[in-house]
Amino acid sequence: MATAAVRGRLTWQSATVTAVKQETDAVRTIELDVPDWPGHRAGQHIDVRLTADDGYTAERSYSIATADDEPVAITVERLDDGEVSPYLTEELRAGDQLELRGPIGGWFVWDTSDGGPLLLIAGGSGVVPLRAILRHRQRTGSDVPARLLYSSRTLADVIYRGELDQYHDGGAEVSYTLTRSQPAGWTGYSGRADAALLAKVAWPASQHPLTFVCGPTSFVEAVAGNLVALGYPANRVKTERFGGT
Amino acid sequence: MVALDGNAIGGLLLEVFGTDLTAAQTICATCGNAAAVAETVVYLRAPGTVVRCRTCGNVLMVIAQIRGVSCVDLLGMAVFDEGHDR
Repeated sequence: MATAAVRGRLTWQSATVTAVKQETDAVRTIELDVPDWPGHRAGQHIDVRLTADDGYTAERSYSIATADDEPVAITVERLDDGEVSPYLTEELRAGDQLELRGPIGGWFVWDTSDGGPLLLIAGGSGVVPLRAILRHRQRTGSDVPARLLYSSRTLADVIYRGELDQYHDGGAEVSYTLTRSQPAGWTGYSGRADAALLAKVAWPASQHPLTFVCGPTSFVEAVAGNLVALGYPANRVKTERFGGT
Repeated sequence: MVALDGNAIGGLLLEVFGTDLTAAQTICATCGNAAAVAETVVYLRAPGTVVRCRTCGNVLMVIAQIRGVSCVDLLGMAVFDEGHDR
């Protein structure tokens, strides 16, 4: 019997790792060749599934790190007590196969036609989908004003720093706040992305900014609450939370 | 267990319903709050997946999967609307 009537049914498929790149001590970018990839939108994610020899499976979601016209890549932070990330960040090699499904997500996405000004706020590896948005903005030649505030424990934990610093030339403002320690002579921000810092960095609410916040749950909820207190309407603040395993 | 949000069940909903529902609108049957699926509170291993209203905490949706069968309870929602702009 034909089963083609089931529209867009999501299926797991095998992809090939084409390259791995160490971003920081704990973070790696994994580039993938996915057969028949339909293309993706900036901000979307994939689900990755690992299967053990005894049939046990573990699934995790990872944001796509690349713009929509680039091959799929994910950037993964190693969590020492994790089930999936140690394998992805330490064992996986170019040429290996990886089971995944996607692209996934229609809400935490940005297209140039969505406009701005864009306010992007990242906590730790929450920068990954926001980097995809900045890459998309850059590669399409968009002139939508954009600001990224990236909260990181230390400077050494900042992912994509070399790339992010180049976005200044394209009219995007990138600033960092380091919460745990700052190197000597640090001229960026220090401490948490609290109300006072957001008041300095965020666009005035009167400009009707479009905001994307991604990070651990506690980070996202604190930032989103502070933005609403600054007068940002909740329906223009898009959030994506990730957990710790 | 850390609560996530509805972005985290995009793949699961796509598997169950065959279309991306992270931007779909929900209306809570208890308090009437309207929100995108992405904005709801999600517990991934409750066991099963439990989706709650961010305003009142009511359970909007429960999805349990066992031996290849998905059991879906949507009774906590008054409206679950895919929308027409996609």
